[in-house]
Amino acid sequence: MRLRGPVLILPLLLSGCDYQTYQSIFSGAAAEVRQFNILFVIFLVICAIMYALVIAFLIVAILRRHRAQANVVETGRHHESDPSMRTGLIAWGVLVATGLVALAIASFFTDRSMAKAAASEKLSITVTANQWWWDVQYNSAEASKTLRTANELHLPVGVPVRITLHSNDVIHSFWVPSLAGKQDLIPGRETDITIVPRQIGIYRGQCAEFCGTQHAHMALVVNVDTYADFLKWWGHQLHPASAPTAPLAQAGYRYVTTGQCATCHSIGGTSAGGRVGPDLTHLASRRTIAAGTMPMSKGNLYGWVEDPQSIKPGSRMPTIGLEPNQLHAVVAYLETLK
Amino acid sequence: MTELERVREEDKKLAAERRKIARDGPRLSGAKLEARLERTWKRPRGILGWLATVDHKEIGRRYIVTALIFLALGGALALLMRLQLARPDNDMIGASRFNELFTMHGSTMMFLFVVPVMEGVAVYIIPLMLGTRSTAFPRLNAFSYYMYLFGGLLLWGAFAFNIAPDIGWFAYTPLSGPQFSPGKRADIWAQMITFTEVSALAAAVVLVATILKTRAPGMTLARMPLFAWAMLVVAIMIIFAMPSVALASSMLISDRLVGTNFYNAYEHGDALLWQHLFWFFGHPEVYIIFLPATGFVSVITETFCRRPVFAYPVVVLALISTGILAFGLWVHHMFATGLPRVGYSFYTAASMTVAIPTALQIFCWLATMWDGRPRFQVPMLYVVGFIVTFVIGGLTGVIIASVPLDLQLHDTYFIVAHFHYVLIGGAVFPLLGILTYWYPKITGRMMSETLGKIGFWMMFLGFQLAFFPMHFSGLLGMPRRVYTYPAGLGLELPNLLSTVGAFVVAAAVLLFVINGVYSLYRGAIAPPNPWDAASLEWATSSPPPDYNFAHIPVVKSRTPLWDEKGELPVVTGLRADEKEILLTTVVAAAPDLREPVPYPSLWPFIASIAVGIVFITSIFSPWALTIGLIPCAIALTAWFWPKELKRNPEPVIS
Repeated sequence: MRLRGPVLILPLLLSGCDYQTYQSIFSGAAAEVRQFNILFVIFLVICAIMYALVIAFLIVAILRRHRAQANVVETGRHHESDPSMRTGLIAWGVLVATGLVALAIASFFTDRSMAKAAASEKLSITVTANQWWWDVQYNSAEASKTLRTANELHLPVGVPVRITLHSNDVIHSFWVPSLAGKQDLIPGRETDITIVPRQIGIYRGQCAEFCGTQHAHMALVVNVDTYADFLKWWGHQLHPASAPTAPLAQAGYRYVTTGQCATCHSIGGTSAGGRVGPDLTHLASRRTIAAGTMPMSKGNLYGWVEDPQSIKPGSRMPTIGLEPNQLHAVVAYLETLK
Repeated sequence: MTELERVREEDKKLAAERRKIARDGPRLSGAKLEARLERTWKRPRGILGWLATVDHKEIGRRYIVTALIFLALGGALALLMRLQLARPDNDMIGASRFNELFTMHGSTMMFLFVVPVMEGVAVYIIPLMLGTRSTAFPRLNAFSYYMYLFGGLLLWGAFAFNIAPDIGWFAYTPLSGPQFSPGKRADIWAQMITFTEVSALAAAVVLVATILKTRAPGMTLARMPLFAWAMLVVAIMIIFAMPSVALASSMLISDRLVGTNFYNAYEHGDALLWQHLFWFFGHPEVYIIFLPATGFVSVITETFCRRPVFAYPVVVLALISTGILAFGLWVHHMFATGLPRVGYSFYTAASMTVAIPTALQIFCWLATMWDGRPRFQVPMLYVVGFIVTFVIGGLTGVIIASVPLDLQLHDTYFIVAHFHYVLIGGAVFPLLGILTYWYPKITGRMMSETLGKIGFWMMFLGFQLAFFPMHFSGLLGMPRRVYTYPAGLGLELPNLLSTVGAFVVAAAVLLFVINGVYSLYRGAIAPPNPWDAASLEWATSSPPPDYNFAHIPVVKSRTPLWDEKGELPVVTGLRADEKEILLTTVVAAAPDLREPVPYPSLWPFIASIAVGIVFITSIFSPWALTIGLIPCAIALTAWFWPKELKRNPEPVIS
């Protein structure tokens, strides 16, 4: 009982501290998560009542142990029992069964209503999981509006989004706690999840199924915007990368598009067309580097390009061993990919 | 002389010899009988004798000690993980090493500690509790221990040589498949599983046969101690659950070794097949761990409340129905895989249903306390700790049975909290209680009550400190199996508390071990029945002689030692010059047959080495299977070789 108290006020408590709702289940930032909150509180209350009954019974049973009359071996009545316990057992069984049926029904209807909300989609996105990053593709009937990016989702508020999920290697799980429950990405299967964001903001998601060495560093930033801002973002992202003007960045451009980088990464509007690693066309506009491993900044870009293996050991990006002048050039170029 | 006459002559001679055989009874009793039995049941001396033993008490002790060593090792790994997770963005332990740690921790605890320790306790105590001299199939019992030991050595040997598995204790394909886990790490995990499967199956067969056929006369199924009921259900569950994981791990090895594609989605295999097969074993596994613990709770509650457990038939039916329902829940581990939602509703309902028999058992124990006069010695404290803790785990289990809730909570630290409440609160607390309780029977000395009480409180409070905050870490969005987490998500405080709590728990376990070792030399000498308990294991000396009972007791109630004033009634007539036990009928426990018991033999040990070599070498080459089976066949043939072809007055297994 002592332990149950804090849990009951937990949703309230968490909604109070804003910075923590970034990856918390209780944000209520999407329709599905609000339903989750209601159902969770129902379960918690019923379970807390059951727990209180058990503990109360335990305490009373312990307190009455000193009475003279007990059905124990010392009084020779150990094969008898208090008739009220028989009634109690039946009542307890009925109570537990009723509680469970009620919870099962509540769970069933919540599940149904979530499935119904998911029916009408307005925007279609395909997310493909890789060890250890997210490949994101915005689908459109017009080929020219199809957009490929990585490790970041931008969603318009209030619009149902259907996300089709694939995996290129092992099983991963798509999970943005503030917006929806989990959905696994399984090689050889197609799964999907529908999200209706209700609140503008930035949320963090993370792979939730153990997927190998860097499972811990496979995060995803979700940016929920107004519909207008979202369209602006989409339009901007459709632009190919602009050609660099500064000499240093131009040197970086030459290295990236002709060197090892281009075998894995693609940059729109250049000859770099690798599909193995994340698309870099608007890399510098993203909030994080290497699937949420570090915040985007010049210093972190330096660190990452120079030695990815020390920052995210096991990552598929090799430490190439760039000369200092090459490193300066590459980072200068990457910074122009806004 | 015709052949027929010769046989008749021989029959007469054998009949005369048979009359001279020494049997327990009025003509042979007391000290003379004990000396005779002592000679018959003694095992040979020396290291070979040690390896050859088939004494269930010796095997049970080895099981328990080995499992406790693995508990310590698995616990040490947990401490390392908690150190790494004590603060955000910690780089004390790297990603790969951390993955090895949680794989080793989970595999060690599940396969090398908690299941074997339950089997070990049962192998030790069940024959005593049932009033017999040996388990059924004692050589198979010895074989089972060696297989378990070698499986454990394989896993920890690999860890020592830095080729420990790093794929999680659940080894999901395709991550554990040939493409994403090159090297031998995953194979070592899979073969460790094979070792423990064989071991658990052997132990299960031994326990089922022992419980159904060797009970003391009069101990009908309706009078059988609840712990024996629990172990009967568990052993049958093992027989049904283990083949599933055996199939799964064999197909995994086959994928890895000879290039089959059972789990390869791109060659018409299926990655999810593994999860179905694994959890069809994995979920019953949880109850295979939990049900023996409910047996412990029933035993302790009975003795310390001074009355039998309330509503015995309800408890028995609860055990059986849990055992059946446990096989219908496995999909609740797979709610996020995108299977049809109608199917999910079924598994939600089934998962909630299993709470009912457990809730009824909880009521029965509480009602026993209510009706009785509980004495709060250390074992009983662990029962109270069990109820307070386990019920939280059970209720969070109801929460995650719901699909919408589980989709959020699945694979987060909320789940880590849930199953540690269930497995530590539900199984380890009763285990520590029962080890304290049966310690005098096993060693002949009492454990220190003071150290035991300090240890209990450290364990109980440390556990809550370590695992309660994990509910919050999970709700704040911390997934399982991450080697680090970023600052700023609110995860710092709960993780720090968990780390502190983990060290308190470790200190409590250490104190338990210290208490155990100290009491071995300094504990008060235990009388045969120090707790004034009612079941048959307390009817013999502490520790029991090799032959357990000089005469086989006769049982007339569920609590024989409380109901019989003075000496227990006994049956006589078992041979004292050869090892022999009394078999009784399955339901009514009426005397049925006298069964010879095998003598110590090295062949189970040799057979386990031969089988172990097959398992280990088949990690490296498929030929190991064909060539390696030859020594296995030789060892098994020798094991079962009839030793004497000439006729005996009565059959003997030497």
